Amino acid sequence: MTQSPLSEGVVAGRLDPAQLTENFGDLHPRLDNHEALVAADRCYFCHDAPCMTACPTDIDIPLFIRQIATGTPEAAAKTIFAQNILGGMCARVCPTETLCEEVCVREVAEGKPVEIGRLQRYATDVLVDANVHPFERAAATGKSVAIVGAGPAGLSAAHRLATHGHDVTLFDARAKAGGLNEFGIAAYKSVDGFAAKEVDWLLSIGGITVETGKTLGAGLDLATLSDTFDAVFLAVGLGGVNALTVEGSDKSGVLDAVDFISDLRQASDLEQLAIGRDVVVIGGGMTAVDAAVQAKLLGALNVSLVYRRGRDRMNASVFEQDLAASKGVRIITNASPKAVIGNGSVREIEFEYTDNDLNPTGQTVRLAADQVFTAIGQTLNAEGLPDLDGGKIAVTETGRTSVEGIWAGGDCASGGDDLTVTAVAEGRDAAEDIHATLMA
Amino acid sequence: MADLTSEFVGIKSPNPFWLASAPPTDKEYNVRRAFEAGWGGVVWKTLGSEGPPVVNVNGPRYGAIFGADRRLLGLNNIELITDRPLQQNLREIKSVKQDYPDRAVVVSLMVPCEEDAWKAILPVVEETGADGIELNFGCPHGMAERGMGAAVGQVPEYIEMVTRWCKQNTRMPVIVKLTPNITNVIYPAEAAQRGGADAVSLINTINSITSVNLDAMSPEPMIDGKGTHGGYCGPAVKPIAMNMVAEIARHAETANLPISGIGGVTTWRDAAEFMALGAGNVQVCTAAMTYGFKVVEEMISGLSQWMDEKEYSSTSDFVGLATPNVTDWQYLNLNHITKAVINEDDCIKCGRCYAACEDTSHQAIEMSEDRVFSVKDDECVACNLCVNVCPIEGCITMKTLEPGEMDERTNTPVSAEYGNWTQHPNNPSAQAAE
Ligand SMILES: Cc1cc2nc3c(=O)[nH]c(=O)nc-3n(C[C@H](O)[C@H](O)[C@H](O)COP(=O)(O)OP(=O)(O)OC[C@H]3O[C@@H](n4cnc5c(N)ncnc54)[C@H](O)[C@@H]3O)c2cc1C
Ligand SMILES: Cc1cc2nc3c(=O)[nH]c(=O)nc-3n(C[C@H](O)[C@H](O)[C@H](O)COP(=O)(O)O)c2cc1C
Ligand code: SF4
Repeated sequence: MTQSPLSEGVVAGRLDPAQLTENFGDLHPRLDNHEALVAADRCYFCHDAPCMTACPTDIDIPLFIRQIATGTPEAAAKTIFAQNILGGMCARVCPTETLCEEVCVREVAEGKPVEIGRLQRYATDVLVDANVHPFERAAATGKSVAIVGAGPAGLSAAHRLATHGHDVTLFDARAKAGGLNEFGIAAYKSVDGFAAKEVDWLLSIGGITVETGKTLGAGLDLATLSDTFDAVFLAVGLGGVNALTVEGSDKSGVLDAVDFISDLRQASDLEQLAIGRDVVVIGGGMTAVDAAVQAKLLGALNVSLVYRRGRDRMNASVFEQDLAASKGVRIITNASPKAVIGNGSVREIEFEYTDNDLNPTGQTVRLAADQVFTAIGQTLNAEGLPDLDGGKIAVTETGRTSVEGIWAGGDCASGGDDLTVTAVAEGRDAAEDIHATLMA
Repeated sequence: MADLTSEFVGIKSPNPFWLASAPPTDKEYNVRRAFEAGWGGVVWKTLGSEGPPVVNVNGPRYGAIFGADRRLLGLNNIELITDRPLQQNLREIKSVKQDYPDRAVVVSLMVPCEEDAWKAILPVVEETGADGIELNFGCPHGMAERGMGAAVGQVPEYIEMVTRWCKQNTRMPVIVKLTPNITNVIYPAEAAQRGGADAVSLINTINSITSVNLDAMSPEPMIDGKGTHGGYCGPAVKPIAMNMVAEIARHAETANLPISGIGGVTTWRDAAEFMALGAGNVQVCTAAMTYGFKVVEEMISGLSQWMDEKEYSSTSDFVGLATPNVTDWQYLNLNHITKAVINEDDCIKCGRCYAACEDTSHQAIEMSEDRVFSVKDDECVACNLCVNVCPIEGCITMKTLEPGEMDERTNTPVSAEYGNWTQHPNNPSAQAAE
């Protein structure tokens, strides 16, 4: 190994392969059988359980945990998948500390929730690993539905529609299906190619044709889709990103965090992936944390995550913030970027301290930076789409847009948090509404 | 998914999970919600004769014992039969049965030990459209003091007599519910059979005192400073109930008498075990009272998954499959030799196996300086205590020695022959094996 964390500039191979493998291993390894039984035993089987209400897909959590406790994780998996076909990914990526586990009565009473996410992972892995698909298609209806975007929202809708017997064509601009499950989620949350494996498993229901490399707005147009198919579901996510607009933002080394993560997720060999000695990430959400943590895990010496308001305003959960801190990421708050400094490529970045209402204080600070990753929000490329609301496609509860016959869900649609599980719920619910409409 | 439909003494239900006669089945409101939750049938809370209903205590009627994390393991109660008017119960039974024709509705009865009392109640129950009746010969407290319940169930002649009255006076199937508060369950079971019973159900609750209040010096549940023995049920009683079911199922005279298994059924596995021992279906009370009606969903999914795995297409496929393997001690194969094996990888080094074996058994576990535990084959009698006290499931297992292998404890090779006590040389009355 010729490079180390101390090597100057942006270089690959700062850590030896064994260290990289360890760094990018499973964040929460799967529970073994004994651990799962012990964890399941803690569930009280609450009546009208708060965890169920907190889950955007309304998984019957007490029931699936009881099914684990009684030695039938396969039945538990079915309970989960019946509500959330991407229950395997959600078990890995859901911020459970702000969803089901936050309201677990044992969290409220003892500060120690039942480990719902890890139990969900335990159960769902049993069926996915065995490649057992627990659903069957209903008789063919002869109806066809186009879905644009093969991320969690699109996949969830496709599965539900296929189950009801409709023929689904799933278009995606990228070369691979999966959306941010494949390109965005932190590597240590979805190890061993799980995203791709889960997509294959989901598609084994049948009746879903995947067409990759097909982009709405460049080759595909909505009017044609509407004419050709009986219904259209838009699940294009948020493809655009907010760009950094301060002086010097165009210097090389300033990158979009989503692109950095996507390169990392698709890298066949992390040893070949270059990373700076000093990395600065701008933003306060999950993307910022993921970029900062993964930069650190690649071997960057110093990684700072800089957010313009106070900690309590950060979108990243306390768990995520603590994770970043535990990996050695320095979190700086109340600092807004002023200028990117450097000669061609970035060398430093200057921030001005701001109060929680973003009022400038006149005090500035400079951080050394070989790379700057910006994670200051994603946006919808809205051209040619139905009416918007707050920058996203306006939808009803069941995903209906302003245009008849076109539904939308997931990150691109209004309402709900930008989370994998929310996208799954919206895809499923839109699919049910499409089904009801087509069969009426 | 496996077909869970069940037929018990001609009564059909979508699954073999019935709610036992108890508070969960005491009124229409409960029973409707139970059916919505998925229960296959109910045995309505025991009805008494026309007239002023019984009265219950107005203080606590339950006591309990708990396992770790306050898991309820045993429940005790001093409740009597229904304290609601007969006519109201009958109206409600009729209305529920009408709306849920596919579910089993059996009515539990307990009236004085006089033929007229039974003759009076049977037609009015029949009129509700109920599928059958269950004779409550089991209630161990209160009612027994009045010559009913366990007071009948403890006298085989009474069981036979009342069962016969019922069979003569109704076309409905008659299930006789047995009390476990007897010396040998075969006697009441045979009596029920002689009386013409279509089936027996068991067990009702066990006489018990669950706790003593050491300040008031009174048993609990405590009513104004005094307590009385109550009926014990829940997971803790399952082993007792299963033995009684097995005894009836394997007894030649009662082997064909259908059995409804009751006592501690909490999960699909409990139900499967009761049924493997010969119960045609199961009844549940405490699990529903502890976790709510929804608990049946796990029983349904678990039983059907297990049946699929085992390729049983209907519940009758496995009922009684374990019965032939319930035998007397004297017929157990004494030449079958096993040894405990501790899996070092799974071992968490708590040392409980060592304490148990060293202090109370056969000093067959060795503990090294660095807390590695291993079994001494020359001392191990394979008692299974270490397996039972180990907190890690599957960490200690029993390995069967093959014929010809040396049993280091006795320094004799394992015999391939079956050899039981009746043939053993140490048995003074053994018949020499030819
Ligand atoms: C870095 C990062 C980390 C995250 N971490 C988490 C996490 O840990 N937990 C969590 O719950 N959520 C997380 N999220 C959010 C989560 O990934 C999203 O909420 C979720 O993926 C949204 O699903 P979706 O189906 O709406 O969109 P996406 O997953 O974005 O999928 C949209 C799909 O549409 C395709 N597409 C886009 N435009 C077009 C077009 N014009 N034509 C054809 N196809 C198109 C895209 O290629 C993509 O496959 C994270 C997001 C990011 C960016
Ligand atoms: C509060 C309570 C009341 C009961 N009342 C009756 C009754 O009226 N008639 C009857 O036959 N059994 C009665 N039982 C006994 C139950 O039907 C059942 O036989 C017993 O509880 C064992 O089953 P379990 O372990 O599932 O609870 C009662 C049990 C409880 C806990
Ligand atoms: S369970 Fe209901 S009736 Fe019984 S003591 Fe509690 S509140 Fe009162």
